[in-house]
Amino acid sequence: MKATVHVFLKPGVLDVQGKAVENALHGLGWAGVANVRMGRAIEFDLSATDKTAAEAEVTAMCQRLLANPVIEGYRVEVG
Amino acid sequence: MKAAVVVFPGSNCDRDCRVAIERSTGADVAMVWHQETALPAGLDLIVLPGGFAFGDYLRAGAMAALSPVMAEVRAAALRGVPVAGVCNGFQILCEAGLLPGALLRNADLKYVCKPVVLEVANLQTRFTAAFGDRREAIMTIGNGEGNYFADEETLDRLEGEGRVAFRYRDNPNGSARAIAGIVSEAGNILGVMPHPDRAFEDDLGSADGALVFKSVMASA
Repeated sequence: MKATVHVFLKPGVLDVQGKAVENALHGLGWAGVANVRMGRAIEFDLSATDKTAAEAEVTAMCQRLLANPVIEGYRVEVG
Repeated sequence: MKAAVVVFPGSNCDRDCRVAIERSTGADVAMVWHQETALPAGLDLIVLPGGFAFGDYLRAGAMAALSPVMAEVRAAALRGVPVAGVCNGFQILCEAGLLPGALLRNADLKYVCKPVVLEVANLQTRFTAAFGDRREAIMTIGNGEGNYFADEETLDRLEGEGRVAFRYRDNPNGSARAIAGIVSEAGNILGVMPHPDRAFEDDLGSADGALVFKSVMASA
């Protein structure tokens, strides 16, 4: 099974990288761009075969390591 | 008097910390590799030094917080042994959940390396007592992720409980409420972004950092 985890700074936490990218896009003429958020995607293979169990496992990984719950939220996809 | 400096792969201020502690306090300093599963007995201070432990991979301090030695550091901290995390060490303590909050990318995205003027916000902590009535200190910062963040409730609590030890006079990185250093609820854990280990004698431009180590050892 393949797992993908998306980690983003929580709303309300200033995302300075996102802001810099947004300013650069504006500079290139894309004036309609707003609220750029930078995150990271983490992909890996998982030996689990049950999707619900896999989701629970990956969520636990997010809480323990992959995300910092003080500042980051995460989204888990398995399949 | 006895201190330990934990060395992670990517630590680069470990020897600075050792020399700073030795010269400021005369304590014996043991260097402890992060894979160790025991700390020397009878420690009066444990320091997590600055650097880029594990290359700052994933998040600064995230991997180091899971190193085997951290279980021992946690146990010692719970027993009341003073623990000081400087710069990357502060990030590690936050990642380990031993201090509240987190260190974000600096507000202007720049790595900032310069001496800064600090307000010693609480002169009564185990890490600041030797400042006497001196309200100001100069130490050097060197970080790209020194922007202290915590939710408003946590910030209010830190301020209300006198747990802000140091504050920037001129906020260099966007830190919430200009916080440069905090202590734990029990007061024996310090996280500080500026480096006391780079300011322990006048030839370095400031000897104020020595007072941090002297404070801890005075209460040893």
